[in-house]
Amino acid sequence: MQVQLNGEPHEFTTVPPTLANLIASLGFTGKRIAVERNGDIVPKSQYQVTQLNEHDRLEVIVAVGGG
Amino acid sequence: MVKDKAAEDRLVIAGREYRSRLLVGTGKYRDYDETRRAVEASGAEIVTVAIRRLDLKAGEHQQLLDILPPDRYTLLPNTAGCYSAEEAVRTLRLARELLDDHTLVKLEVLGDSQTLFPNMPETLKAAETLVKEGFQVMVYCSDDPIQAKMLEDIGCIAIMPLASLIGSGMGILNPWNLRLILDQSKVPVLVDAGVGTASDATLSMELGCAGVLMNTAIAKADNPVLMAEAMKWGVIAGRQAYLAGRMPRRYYDAQPSSPTQGISPLL
Repeated sequence: MQVQLNGEPHEFTTVPPTLANLIASLGFTGKRIAVERNGDIVPKSQYQVTQLNEHDRLEVIVAVGGG
Repeated sequence: MVKDKAAEDRLVIAGREYRSRLLVGTGKYRDYDETRRAVEASGAEIVTVAIRRLDLKAGEHQQLLDILPPDRYTLLPNTAGCYSAEEAVRTLRLARELLDDHTLVKLEVLGDSQTLFPNMPETLKAAETLVKEGFQVMVYCSDDPIQAKMLEDIGCIAIMPLASLIGSGMGILNPWNLRLILDQSKVPVLVDAGVGTASDATLSMELGCAGVLMNTAIAKADNPVLMAEAMKWGVIAGRQAYLAGRMPRRYYDAQPSSPTQGISPLL
């Protein structure tokens, strides 16, 4: 399945295609991130039950150094 | 008595007390180790962070939040790089989710990439939405007392006018405007942006600011860790001088420090 991940096409094969599994494939399970799917924030509690669809637009957000 | 006053002096932000009145950013350091050492040396308890896309190409590396233990630092997510109210509100909603319902935030809406001067109409608009949504908003703004008052009336919990342009190190260009804002505000006023060296931080505090927020002055010093410590003492010195109350200025009238009586004349 292909989604848009942080503006880039991203192919993934995790089954089932939940947001939790996608995050696991990135190595970010339990890390401090925020996720937006098609413009809406997905709360952490919903990662397991959020099924991804072809062409979903996902933004994975972290805290970085800034002033 | 004044000594006691200084010992018990606390900065109160969103109902929480802080010993340090220096707030620091975490950008522009060589690496996270230098960031950590500089933040530690500064004594800061409130630390700003930016909200960005995860860099998928970078692979697995240390995350900023790993070096900033939440029990030690209050994180202040910012909206740096946002040029509209809509972008700023979105960024802070993401920050709230990222930091587990954290509502203390730094709002900045920029108007121009050359000067990074705030876009005040958009800042006011964003502040209104954020306050309604339950955020506790510390707001970067121009040093215009009228708009500072508008932000306070909206419900911002701290007013943070620029001393000079972000990252410029030009110091306090308009202390008189800062004084106007300080005199009218019932919430803490902090200098945000423009500090270049420790004396700028001291001067901000002598004017009566509740605190100073800086990043570049520390991160871009030749020795950031040493400058971080200098800033810590600069803020403390300025705060103590403010609490102590400076002597009046006497423009045309010298006053000897030594007794004028009992001078032994030449025999």
